[in-house]
Amino acid sequence: MSKAGWIRLVVLAAFFGAVEALCRTGVISPKLVIAPTAMVEAMVKLLGSGELNPDIRQTLSSVGIAMGLSVTGGFALGCVLYWLPPLRRTVDPFLAAYYSLPHFAFYPLLIVIFGLGALPLIVLATLFAMVAMIMATLSGLDRIPRVLIKTARMQRLSLPAEIWHIRLPAAAPHLFSGLKLAVTYSFIGVIAGEFILSTSGLGHQIAYAYDNFDNRTMYGLILLVLCIATAFNLLVFAYERRLARQRGQ
Amino acid sequence: MNAVARLSNVSRIYPPRAGHAAVHALGPLSFELKAGEFFGVVGPSGCGKSTLLDVLAGLSAPSEGTVEFEGKPVAGTVPDGVGVVFQEDASFPWLTVEDNVAFGLRRLGTDPAEIRRRVDFAVGFMGLNDFRRAYPSQLSGGMRQRVCIARTLVLQPRLILLDEPFGALDQQTRLLMGDELLRLWRETSATVVLITHALDEANLLSDRIGVMSARPGRFIDVVETGWPRDRDSRLAERPDFGAVTSRLWSLLRTESMLALGQGAQAAE
Amino acid sequence: MTAVRTLRGPLLLTLTLLVAWQVLHQWAGDTALTAPLPTLEHLWEMIGQKRFLPHLSETGLAFLQALVIAWAGGVGIGVLLGGHRLTGEVAEPILVGLYSLPKITLYPVILLLFGLGMSAKVAFGALHGIIPVALFTMNAVRNVNRTYLRAGRAMRLSPAQTGWHVLIPATLPEIFTGLRIGFSLTLLGTMLGELFASQRGLGFLLMTAIDLNDVQTILAIAVLISLFAVAANSILLAIDKRLHRGAAA
Ligand SMILES: Nc1ncnc2c1ncn2[C@@H]1O[C@H](COP(=O)(O)OP(=O)(O)O)[C@@H](O)[C@H]1O
Ligand SMILES: [Mg+2]
Repeated sequence: MSKAGWIRLVVLAAFFGAVEALCRTGVISPKLVIAPTAMVEAMVKLLGSGELNPDIRQTLSSVGIAMGLSVTGGFALGCVLYWLPPLRRTVDPFLAAYYSLPHFAFYPLLIVIFGLGALPLIVLATLFAMVAMIMATLSGLDRIPRVLIKTARMQRLSLPAEIWHIRLPAAAPHLFSGLKLAVTYSFIGVIAGEFILSTSGLGHQIAYAYDNFDNRTMYGLILLVLCIATAFNLLVFAYERRLARQRGQ
Repeated sequence: MNAVARLSNVSRIYPPRAGHAAVHALGPLSFELKAGEFFGVVGPSGCGKSTLLDVLAGLSAPSEGTVEFEGKPVAGTVPDGVGVVFQEDASFPWLTVEDNVAFGLRRLGTDPAEIRRRVDFAVGFMGLNDFRRAYPSQLSGGMRQRVCIARTLVLQPRLILLDEPFGALDQQTRLLMGDELLRLWRETSATVVLITHALDEANLLSDRIGVMSARPGRFIDVVETGWPRDRDSRLAERPDFGAVTSRLWSLLRTESMLALGQGAQAAE
Repeated sequence: MTAVRTLRGPLLLTLTLLVAWQVLHQWAGDTALTAPLPTLEHLWEMIGQKRFLPHLSETGLAFLQALVIAWAGGVGIGVLLGGHRLTGEVAEPILVGLYSLPKITLYPVILLLFGLGMSAKVAFGALHGIIPVALFTMNAVRNVNRTYLRAGRAMRLSPAQTGWHVLIPATLPEIFTGLRIGFSLTLLGTMLGELFASQRGLGFLLMTAIDLNDVQTILAIAVLISLFAVAANSILLAIDKRLHRGAAA
């Protein structure tokens, strides 16, 4: 590991150690934050007891579906916009402002259309995450060096071959950034939805624990969600790193 | 001798873009490439050399005039049998040297044994044997350019277009690569068009040299060198070698000054 | 003439959205989606009411404070991390990790730490905005072409002159992109913060309306926030593009 890596490890360990010590000695009240080890313990216990398994399953499957839909849909729409510059110019201001729009205001509408349950959450999360993928796809396609496209034409590739063998690999780094954002945004969409209006799912359980001053459960669940999201991100990141190292970036 | 390619009254005007006026980059220009010749192109920078190559290869359609390759009109697509090495680095960063070189053959579905044979030859020919499994990011600019040359050579084109392929190389390597290119040209009997900014290099390698004017590029003269077919870099020792280079420079001097002025205007 | 051309896209988009809204209204009915015109009338009426103003200023104030913290803090952190190589290397993966966490999960923690009210909203908004600003600034400072600095020294510039004439122009375009993205995310964070557990502000009005199923008010507020978001974003994007054009030349 590099020098910076070691220092980072020490800094993080010191940080969590300090929080741990402050919590254990009661300087930080357990009403605010519980000790990191206690969080881990709570998470393990929650997982072991199995009582939250339906919620975990519901949230994860919602996130998974939203992620799949937003990545494929966002990629497809990104390609469409790339091939249709007038359309792209038209929706550009909308895309740029998209993430400051108050998405959750459209919740009631979604519920009327899709009913209660997981479906409106999935739709919401998909819509939320898709635009990140659209923008990543666009910037990936925009940045393909022209000389590579010329090379494709020189090699007399068909359009599908050109897309598969040249455009996609050339745009891959950007597509991966889009994928990572889509993961995060799918989580935000689903969890935020569960916070406000669901009666099940991890988001709801976190809110429920908060309302009942049950900090152990709350922190255990928060840690669980963060761990799952981080694990997925690390997976993508590791693959991305391998690509980047090959390409010397 | 019959013509491999023929350009008739070709010109190329880049249409206006946001904030930029239209650019008349090339022509009108007519000329014929003879089968099997080594044709050099020199001209001041920005005069339309790369544009000429694009049009000749069928990568972009001329705004006016026609282009023919082996008697058939070239219309916006690259004809079979034409290979291009671009001025910019066009190696695929996601493939190893070997896979880069084999790329075109794999797309054509060539027999694996044949792919192997040709890739081995091209990789060795370009001096990349020790870097077969390296990725382009691990190579220098000159080596990447050699990967691109090898990738084009394995397709065994009948017309090879090279756009300043040795731009990133030092003078000694340039000379050696030039010798190799001459050897390849003799062995394959392909027609070669080489764009270069080095007058000595054009002189040494070419049978004929098209000297281009400042933008819009036209041939102000086509110089016949008359060198023997089996030549190499030792040609430069001949007493009459320098005369050709001098002639090229006397043709180019005013044009280069003109181009410099254009650049100054464009920068304003 | 050019004004017509640049405005054509956004106008077309607005028109399309209005038409889509009307069509959706016809299809879904008043209970799900009120028609555009009555909604806008309702918005106008609401803005005129005296009791609306405190909510608007509460949200505005929260957002403004969060934005100041995110921008100033982000640029400060970014300059520090970009200027000192090792610190930057240590901190970058941590920042990237934090950036890709679904921060919504942390909202209950923010509430515990900051209590209900203004400071929690500000904290949540700033939390969202500060990291992208820091990351962009860090990269901008890190990637300043060393040759510029050498040229500055060759011209015998004082440190102040170097800062003003070399460093700021060289880093500004990238930093501004960070500020723009930070703006959007701060707005998102502040709004999310207002939606959950708050007693004042537009987000609170929105939640009350959702509880009462008052579709017209929901949409009116959504439109108001969206208009602000899109307008502010368009301006920032225009400045961003201009700065980057200068940088490319
Ligand atoms: N895609 C393009 N659009 C507009 N102008 C171009 C484009 N490509 C090249 N040009 C312009 O055309 C002229 C000739 O370019 P080029 O053929 O690349 O010159 P050379 O290869 O001789 O240096 C230059 O002035 C260049 O700026
Ligand atoms: Mg050129």
